[in-house]
Amino acid sequence: MELNSKIPSGPIQDKWDSHKFNLKLINPANKRKYQVIVVGSGLAGASAAATLAELGYDVKCFCFQDSPRRAHSIAAQGGINAAKNYQNDGDSIYRLFYDTVKGGDFRSREANVYRLAQISVNIIDQAAAQGVPFAREYGGMLANRSFGGAQVSRTFYARGQTGQQLLLGAYSALSRMIAAGKVKMYPRTEMLDLVMVDGKARGIVTRDLTTGKIESHAGHAVVMATGGYSTVFYLSTNAMGCNVTANWRAHRKGAAFANPCYTQIHPTCIPVSGDHQSKLTLMSESLRNDGRIWVPKKKGDTRAAKDIPENERDYYLERLYPSFGNLAPRDLASRRAKDMCDLGQGVGATGLGVYLDFSDAMKRDGEATISEKYGNLFDMYERITGENPYRQPMRIFPAPHYTMGGLWVDYNLMSTIPGLHVLGEANFSDHGANRLGASALMQGLADGYFVIPYTIGDYLAREELKDVSPSDSEFIETEKQVRQKIDRLLSIDGTRTVDSFHRELGRIMWNHCGMARTDKGLKEALVKIPELRDEFWNNVRVLGEGSDLNQSLEKAGRVADFLEFAELMCHDALTRAESCGGHFREEHQTEDGEAKRNDEEYSHVSAWEFTGVGSTPKLHKENLEFENVKLATRSYK
Amino acid sequence: MKLTLHVWRQKSTSQKGAFETHVMDSVSPDMSFLEMLDELNQALITNGKEPVAFDHDCREGICGSCGVVINGRPHGPQRATTACQLHMRSYQDGQEIWVEPWRASAFPVVKDLMVDRTSFDRIIQSGGFISVRTGSAPDANEIPVPKVDADKAFDAAACIGCGACVAACPNASAMLFTAAKVSHMGLLPQGQPEREQRVLSMVSTMDEEGFGSCTNHKECQEACPKEISIDYISRMNRDYVCASKNKG
Repeated sequence: MELNSKIPSGPIQDKWDSHKFNLKLINPANKRKYQVIVVGSGLAGASAAATLAELGYDVKCFCFQDSPRRAHSIAAQGGINAAKNYQNDGDSIYRLFYDTVKGGDFRSREANVYRLAQISVNIIDQAAAQGVPFAREYGGMLANRSFGGAQVSRTFYARGQTGQQLLLGAYSALSRMIAAGKVKMYPRTEMLDLVMVDGKARGIVTRDLTTGKIESHAGHAVVMATGGYSTVFYLSTNAMGCNVTANWRAHRKGAAFANPCYTQIHPTCIPVSGDHQSKLTLMSESLRNDGRIWVPKKKGDTRAAKDIPENERDYYLERLYPSFGNLAPRDLASRRAKDMCDLGQGVGATGLGVYLDFSDAMKRDGEATISEKYGNLFDMYERITGENPYRQPMRIFPAPHYTMGGLWVDYNLMSTIPGLHVLGEANFSDHGANRLGASALMQGLADGYFVIPYTIGDYLAREELKDVSPSDSEFIETEKQVRQKIDRLLSIDGTRTVDSFHRELGRIMWNHCGMARTDKGLKEALVKIPELRDEFWNNVRVLGEGSDLNQSLEKAGRVADFLEFAELMCHDALTRAESCGGHFREEHQTEDGEAKRNDEEYSHVSAWEFTGVGSTPKLHKENLEFENVKLATRSYK
Repeated sequence: MKLTLHVWRQKSTSQKGAFETHVMDSVSPDMSFLEMLDELNQALITNGKEPVAFDHDCREGICGSCGVVINGRPHGPQRATTACQLHMRSYQDGQEIWVEPWRASAFPVVKDLMVDRTSFDRIIQSGGFISVRTGSAPDANEIPVPKVDADKAFDAAACIGCGACVAACPNASAMLFTAAKVSHMGLLPQGQPEREQRVLSMVSTMDEEGFGSCTNHKECQEACPKEISIDYISRMNRDYVCASKNKG
């Protein structure tokens, strides 16, 4: 397996422009002869499908939800970064680039990040023109707020529903192309495998989730925008349907999986309330603009928050990181919350929580102002916990939220499989070992609106692609394998439900490959996961039929893939014997508990090659060169 | 707490459905309504019975996937709350709960509590967009939008497309859904060039899909988890009249 990142030469600020010029073009009249398969309809998938269709390609788009408007991008709350410098506070493309590389703990590709920062400004223009109702000043201009890991205000937002509004923008563009007959949309259809012909990605096998029909779709290229895999932890802020299946299937067919251990544990989520819990709810990071995080100084202090006097509170983020305070980046904020709870200073019935307090902000700006900014989040908190955050501080705790790891892609967003392009959270690209807030929406839309439309044409123009059809042997063989897996799942008829396996896997991953990882714990997980996988294949109970709407069967297929993928995640975490960003190895920390990177040995992307289920995957390294940003210890003090 | 659940079971669109009764012995008040259904399903599977199918995804009240009628009310009793965010503390020990799918001919039942809402997608496809090619947009601040208008547009754009408005309406009308999109775009300067065509086309698709008319019951506004106001319906009606007149 060869990792050629294809980073263009030349000064960083010119790379993308010169690359665009060098990319081959396809004559407008010829584009319609190319079929492009887009899997996923979130920010990356919907924007890619719409834009490719506008250019003239013949596009098919797939999503497992009942409508493309429901992809999980919709749940993003806080905002989207762009280097517009509308605030005149010193922002620039270079600063957004710098902040993102630093925020990613120097584990991302400089060239990709610079391009992302350049494109960020076009995304805002595009979204505003589509009618995305961003927050505005009284003069009619766009408003901004600040987010973690930055000292400028560059985040554009639509109340606490920015992801929803941006996704509905992309969905409206997609809908326009569906109406024009340029995109054929397949809702409630799940990709279950990738089809390879002559070593290239030439199609997918899908299951119609309503009728159970297994079907093949052929095309000249496949674009996967299939999201992240935080649900490997069972409890996460991701939607219930989020899964690793498409990515894992592609990995099994030869796509390298990069940095799978880089997971983001978001600091501000509502704590777990009991064993019935099915998912965790995020409270937007934007709350940290006005909320102050604290715990009681005394261990096991059971007094109500309001009864704890000011001098007996520890505003630990403000104490530890005076220049960033409550806006310290996510990885740090999460780890420090865990530390405080480990020390016995956590709050709430379980002791696994810290306060996020708005009383000072309400005194300063008035309750009405705070309500206007965060009203919907406060309401949501109250609905879930039964507590009123206007009267008592919120309780928050970290939860798995985003995965920086994903399929390895080159500068053109193509994986190690020719013809398979991977966008958005599903690829590993731009966030390094930690993603800054408000950067996920930016990356998903950058990939979909402004990168893939250029780079896919180059691939299609350069390659000689013979005609293929679903009746070819490669398609028929892949369909057969998909059917066999389904039949096997339905025939086990064991005693345990799919959910019980998923929960158990989640506990293993949270305990051993979660916020803090150790050599010992990871090795333990690598014993437990294959055991659980064996039990799953002998004792899972999936009722009903394959030729019908069967939600247990859908879940079973996804959990089966998680049970293979989880092992890869632990291998990656074990091999990376350093701490960086979201990957914290307890053996590698400074005296004051900060992550200790090892640039000498680990300044690379770990791209893994599949070698068989249960067999140790093969590691390939892409060295990271830093020509513009100086490698430094990441400090927010 | 102990609850008696009457759940609608229906194998497929073409087959007849019926209520099935289950007693839940230990429901925690901290569970969400859907987590209570999860528990029911775990018990059903353990007893060799097929679980109840229902749509759900984000469980944060924003994706619009979930939606069931609970004791006659779409999304249940709590104001501005989707079924996934409704918590069992809203119920009392010993209570009986009836759970059924959205009922509307434009939303055929797919299975159990799931319905087909692709008619909503088709309404959007008929005009719920601003035609702007990727890459052709001017600088975002070249189109100033008064804050009041932007806020009003946002209030309409907050629609999650769940379909509760249709389920609540005695006529199964989709006026609130359609009006929300028509108004979101009609309130913004970006939406003006296609304003008239948009309203005509979306209203006509809404009718073709088999949704009923609005006769001012206001149930949609009551049921809407995002509290979208029926003022937008009046706004759409006015747009529709103007557009029809201009069209001649």
